[in-house]
Amino acid sequence: MEANSERLYCLNRAAEKAGLSRGMSLADARAFCPGLMTDPARPDRDAAFLGVLRRWATRYCPWVGTDGRDGLILDISGASHLFGGEEEMLSDMQARAARSGLTLRVGLADTRGAAWALAHHAPGLAAPGETAAALAPLPVAALRLEPAEVAGLERLGLRHVGELEATPRAPLTRRFGPSALMRLDQAMGRQGEAVSPEAEPPHYATRLTLPEPIGLQEDVMEGTRRLLARLCETLERQETGARRLCLTLRRVDRDSRQVELRLAAPMRDAARILPLFQRGLDGIDAGFGIDQMRLEATQVESLPAQQLGPRNGGNGNARLEDLLTRIGTRIGLENVQRFLPADSHIPARAFRTLPAAWTEPGQGWVPPRPRPLRLFAPEPIAGHGPRPPERFRWRRMSLVTARATGPERIAPEWWFDDPDWRRGLRDYWLIETRQGRRLWLFHTPQAPGWFVEGEFA
Amino acid sequence: MFRNAFPLRAGRVHEVCGPGATAFAAVTCARARAGALIWIRESWQPEGLNPLGLVDFFDPARLVLANAPSAVDVLAVAEEALRDGAVSLVLLEVTRPLDLREGRRLQLAAQAGGTTGLCLIPEGMGSNAAESRWQVAPLLDQGPGRLDRAGDSTLMRWQLIKNKSGTLGAWDVRWNRKTYRLDVVSSVGQRPGSAGAPAGGPLRVDAHGGQ
Repeated sequence: MEANSERLYCLNRAAEKAGLSRGMSLADARAFCPGLMTDPARPDRDAAFLGVLRRWATRYCPWVGTDGRDGLILDISGASHLFGGEEEMLSDMQARAARSGLTLRVGLADTRGAAWALAHHAPGLAAPGETAAALAPLPVAALRLEPAEVAGLERLGLRHVGELEATPRAPLTRRFGPSALMRLDQAMGRQGEAVSPEAEPPHYATRLTLPEPIGLQEDVMEGTRRLLARLCETLERQETGARRLCLTLRRVDRDSRQVELRLAAPMRDAARILPLFQRGLDGIDAGFGIDQMRLEATQVESLPAQQLGPRNGGNGNARLEDLLTRIGTRIGLENVQRFLPADSHIPARAFRTLPAAWTEPGQGWVPPRPRPLRLFAPEPIAGHGPRPPERFRWRRMSLVTARATGPERIAPEWWFDDPDWRRGLRDYWLIETRQGRRLWLFHTPQAPGWFVEGEFA
Repeated sequence: MFRNAFPLRAGRVHEVCGPGATAFAAVTCARARAGALIWIRESWQPEGLNPLGLVDFFDPARLVLANAPSAVDVLAVAEEALRDGAVSLVLLEVTRPLDLREGRRLQLAAQAGGTTGLCLIPEGMGSNAAESRWQVAPLLDQGPGRLDRAGDSTLMRWQLIKNKSGTLGAWDVRWNRKTYRLDVVSSVGQRPGSAGAPAGGPLRVDAHGGQ
C-alpha cells in the first residue's frame, strides 16, 4: 500500500515487457495484463535479505554499503587484484550469484555515481578514465536525479548524459538548482562521494571447541563460565543485557543438547548468570562426551551503564531478579506474575495479572469501596427480589444474613461484549452472616437472580 | 501472650487454615519487612486473589505471584524462594496434606534463608513439621460502635491450634484499615494456657513497628 492504493513494488522482466512499471497501481496493471500474478511485498524481508547479501559481498572487499532498497555498493579500490582483475572479479561475482539463483546487474566505474548509472542502465565495466565515454549514451535518469528534474531536462531536449555534459552549466543551475549538476559531477568524478560501509551488527555468540571431550558437570560449568565471560564483554561494549541465552552442547556423536535460560531482567553480569545455568545443566545427558560448546544471547535488550549509588548499589533487586529467573526456569517465566492496576469499575477487570519479568510494579490502587479479598466466578444462590435473602445456602452451608450493606450498582461496560455480564446491571451487597462469613453478593435486576462473587476475610 | 505468637517467628514455616486464612495471610504480609513477597499457588485454582481487597492490608505492588502447574512445583518453588532469602515472606497454597519429608524440607529451607513461610492449608491437613498452626474464622461483629463503621467489619477469631515453641491460645482481633494495625479486641480465654486479656483497653500491635 502506497498513497492509499495498492501499487506494484517490483516486477519481473516479462511484466516489464508487458508495459508495466514500478509504482503503477495494481488496478491499472490488471487492466493491462489480466493474467498478472501478484504477491504482497515484504520490504522487511527484502531488507533482511539485502543484509545477508551485504555480508556475503564483504568477501570481495571490506567496504560494502547498501544503496536504496535493492542495491549494494562496493568500494573495491585495492581489492580487485586479489581476484585477478576487475573483469575476473565481476564474472566471479556473477557466477556465484547465479549458482544461488540470483541475477546481478553490476556496474563498475571510477565513481560511485557512474557505477550506479552503469548498473541500472547498461550493466558492465567502464575502464579507468573512460567514465565520461561510457556514460555519454546513457539517459539522464542514470544520474540519480529526481523524476521532476529528469522530466524537465527531457523537455529541454537533453536526453542523454553526453548532451547534458556539453550544455553550459550556468543556465542549467539557474533553472534546476545545484542538485542536477552535483549528481553529474559526482558521476564524472569532479566531486567526491564516499561509500559508507555499514557497521557489522554485534554478534552475541561465543564458541569453545575442546581438544578432548568432557562429561563432568563441573567441567561443563567451567566451560560455560569462560564462554559467559566473553559474551558479557560483548554485551558490556554494546551496553546491552541478555534476556534469553541458549547454550548448545555438541557431543562427540554429533548430537547436540540445548539449554535455554530466560532471565527475569536484562543482565550482563557473568557471575550472576552462571549459577542460573545450574538447573538447566543438571538434566543434560553428556553421552560419550561434549567437544564443542556454543553460547548465544538469542534475545538482548538495551541496558545502559548505570552509576552505582546508595539506592541501587545494594543487591536487593538483583537477588529478587535472580530468584525469579530460577523460579521461571522451573515453571516458566510467564507464570511469575504481578498485579497491575487497570482502569475499570468491573471488579474482575480492575486489575491485570502480567508477567513480572516484563513489567514494573504499578502504583495507584484506589478501591472505590471495600472489596473482597477473594474473587471467584459467580455462584448462583436462591433468592428473590431486590433485597438480599434472609437465609440462603452457599457451598453446602446454611447461612443467615445478619447485616447487609449496599447496594452498590455497577453497570456493565457496553463497549466490551463480556459473556459474564450478559445479565446486565449488578447491585452488589456486602453480606455479614451470623455464621461469620462475609460475602460479596450481587443481584441482577434485569434478569433476576442472586450470586456470590467474592469473600471478605 | 499474643505478642509471643504473632508476628510469626522468622525462619520457620507456619500454617493457617479455616475460612479466614486469606485475611490472616494478608495481615502477615502487612507485618512482613518491606520488599517483595511471593505468593505461590497452583494455576488451576479458581479462587483468585483480589489486589483491590489486599490494598486494605498492604501494597499489592509488592506481591509476586507464581502459578505453578502442579502441587510438586508449588513445593519446589517455595523451597527455592525460602532458601534464597531474597524475599522476607513466602506464601503458598497447598491443596493436599504435606508429608513429614516435604514439611521438613520446607522448614530447613526457611531456616537456611531466614525466610518466613506461611502455608494456606485446607482444614485438617496440617503437616507435623509446621512451627505453628492457626485456625482463623471471621466473626459477626456485634460490639458497640459497630454501626459507625458501615461495611468494614474485620472481626476474626484467631486460634493457635499448634505451637512448637509456646502455648496455644485464641484471640479475637480486628484489622484497622485506617491505621493498618491489628487490634486485639479481647482474649477469648477459654483454652488452658491462653493469655488473659490486657487490663487497659485493646492491645495494639503496630503493623510497621519492630517486633
